[in-house]
Amino acid sequence: MVKIHERKFVSADPDKCVGCQVCEYICAWTKEKVFNPLKSRIRVVRLNPLVNISITCRLCEDPPCVAACPRDALTQSEENGTIIVDEDKCNGCGWCIEACDYGAISLHPEKKVVFVCDLCKDRPDGPQCVKWCPEEALDLVTADVLAQKARITATKKLFQEALKVALPT
Amino acid sequence: MAEIWRKIRLYGYAGKILHVDLTTGKTYTEPLNEDYAKKYIGGIGLGMRLWFDNSKAGVDPFSPENPLVLATGPTSGTVWPTGGNGHAFVAKSPQSYGIGESKSHGSFGTELKRAGYDAVIFHGKAEKPVYVWIDDDSVQILDASHLWGKPPAETEDMIKEELGDYYIRVAAIGPAGEKLVRIACIINEKTRAAGRCGMGAVMGSKNLKAIAVRGTHDVTVARPDEFLEFVKEFHERMKGPATKKYRTLGTPENVLVHNALHCMPTRNYNNAHFEAAEKVSGEYLNERYVAKIIGCSSCAMRCEHICVVNEGPFKGAMARVEYEPLWAMGPYCGIDRLDAVIKGCELCNYYGMDSISAGVIVGFAMDCYENGILTQKDMDGIEARFGNHEALVKLLEKMGKREGIGDILAEGVKFAAEKIGKGAEKLAQHIKGVEVTGYDLRSLKTAALGFAVSFRGADHNRHGAYAFDVKGKFNRLKYEKGRAKAVKDIEDVYTIIDSLIICKFSRGTYYKEFEDLAKLYTLVTGFETTPEEMRLKGERINNLARVINVREGLGRKDDHLPYKVMHMPIPDVGPSKGAYVTQEELDMMLDDYYEVRGWTRDGIPTPEKLKALGMDDLIPIVEAKIRKA
Repeated sequence: MVKIHERKFVSADPDKCVGCQVCEYICAWTKEKVFNPLKSRIRVVRLNPLVNISITCRLCEDPPCVAACPRDALTQSEENGTIIVDEDKCNGCGWCIEACDYGAISLHPEKKVVFVCDLCKDRPDGPQCVKWCPEEALDLVTADVLAQKARITATKKLFQEALKVALPT
Repeated sequence: MAEIWRKIRLYGYAGKILHVDLTTGKTYTEPLNEDYAKKYIGGIGLGMRLWFDNSKAGVDPFSPENPLVLATGPTSGTVWPTGGNGHAFVAKSPQSYGIGESKSHGSFGTELKRAGYDAVIFHGKAEKPVYVWIDDDSVQILDASHLWGKPPAETEDMIKEELGDYYIRVAAIGPAGEKLVRIACIINEKTRAAGRCGMGAVMGSKNLKAIAVRGTHDVTVARPDEFLEFVKEFHERMKGPATKKYRTLGTPENVLVHNALHCMPTRNYNNAHFEAAEKVSGEYLNERYVAKIIGCSSCAMRCEHICVVNEGPFKGAMARVEYEPLWAMGPYCGIDRLDAVIKGCELCNYYGMDSISAGVIVGFAMDCYENGILTQKDMDGIEARFGNHEALVKLLEKMGKREGIGDILAEGVKFAAEKIGKGAEKLAQHIKGVEVTGYDLRSLKTAALGFAVSFRGADHNRHGAYAFDVKGKFNRLKYEKGRAKAVKDIEDVYTIIDSLIICKFSRGTYYKEFEDLAKLYTLVTGFETTPEEMRLKGERINNLARVINVREGLGRKDDHLPYKVMHMPIPDVGPSKGAYVTQEELDMMLDDYYEVRGWTRDGIPTPEKLKALGMDDLIPIVEAKIRKA
């Protein structure tokens, strides 16, 4: 099993995300060749105009969705940690949806099965949402890199004035 | 193969029109007429044609017989940047008594397309307040008495809660629409408005509080691979110079530009220059108030400058601010406080009023007050001097509630002036009953023509002719014969933009104009369209709108300019001093324009013109009017 420190998932920077839904459209197009956000593996939430973020699978360690499935339809990939849905076993009961803290799993609007981000495993250039995001708000990262980035952003904010002196623009 | 498939379904289009009769409670659908789709595209083009077919000449705007049409465009629900998200409302306007139309963006239009409809036509009038719940094929008319009196944002939250789905999209009217305030708008997703022409008042006259939509169907385009390549190209273009203004300072950048040229109407057109412009500039706004810039569904540029007030009497106010409302509630009222402007925008969202017209009406009321036409007593004790930001806030609230003086002001400047009398007409700055926008037409004479002939009344968004003046392409202080061609051409582009529906902020990214627009239309719908055919669609839609206005009794006399534009030269010392438009100049503009359009001297489209545009069925209307004239 891929180690948790090496597991990469798609993460949105809420400071950059503007709620435009391009990721939803591109995801549905990539996976199902239609334009329909209901078939997207990544979904946008806008709580109010200031709070926007798109959310998809975080590839949890000991994923609760896998544990919750009474039909053993969900497994975690040894290779990259994504959740694999066995569509023959899944009957769309929704236990996994309830178990997921992030709302990353959805019930397909037509087929009676659930679906979840697979990091565009068939695409050599990786997750298409990351590639298309006009704001570059999405990133394919490990938790460690996320922490590093957060630290750098926080430091930049703390030392705004000093940076202006050191790096005049 | 494509031909056979098309017989089963259309691309881009959903292929269906929904009729909702609020009087009888009956709903039914009809297939989208393919000929209409090709001729009128969608959005306002298709919407106006459907309105025309479903109405009788001379209908009162507040009569149940005035249908309210809601239309999406062929690009709605696709990932086309800015195009995927628009919707339009069309009805007879309670301001102009001609055709009214207004667009909004966000995500509402995408949902309606996925629900399976290109347009919805609301007929009649419900007995009591209702809202319409469109859930794919299921359409229900539900009780809205508990929502009556609520602002659009709260209405939306309550509907989502009771229908149990937080991804439902809602368009609603506020208290202003319920009370038939003539400048009432229809707000979707809490902050986005189909603002102009009083469409919210028409909705209110039908007792229709809101439209809630959930769509689960797929949207497909005819040539997806090429389409996505084109999308990618436009994503790149949108990162370039053509959209920079909207992505950075936003439209409030105009404040200092217009002010420098002395073409920013100030204090109800008493001036064309605002001495305190710096304090209401885009630069000032962005530095102090813009908290985040967000985007609509499928947009690649993002423009929505969300402003928040963090201190002072209006602490906590939040609204999206663009140049027009900022100008209307700022310089036009002589007000130099952006916190009050943001509060004003928030109040307009709360009551559901067009924030441009609302600001202009307050400016008009202040002018009446300063001239002694309205006394402090008439004003319910409000000291409505120019520059009094407290008066702005109070008057907006009164207008939204139709309370006291607000009841008169809620009629819009034209009808309010008629009620007030005492020469107030001369202070009412409107065209066809619709309040002016932030371009001083005395010193922008190409724009003056565009505004005068705009089919929905005073508006910059029917032509964008101000750009020729502001950018110095033409001598803005003097009209020269021959310019009408430029105005006509840009009008034809604008009707295409509003029919597809794409966003006007993205217009600069269509480098090859009709060629790019035709390519987009072809890839989405599969209807092979040349740039010339595309241009013809734009011209056809402008002529359709004119024929409707002619049917409703509008003509050359209505292609007028506001009183002060023609009688009060710009007093400010500076680059526009002394400028105004004379009657001879206006006549020259109109003659020039009608000739280029192929219309009669009275501004009626000729039978030959309509024939050439493939609208033979409209010929009897113009023939009757031409005989009369």
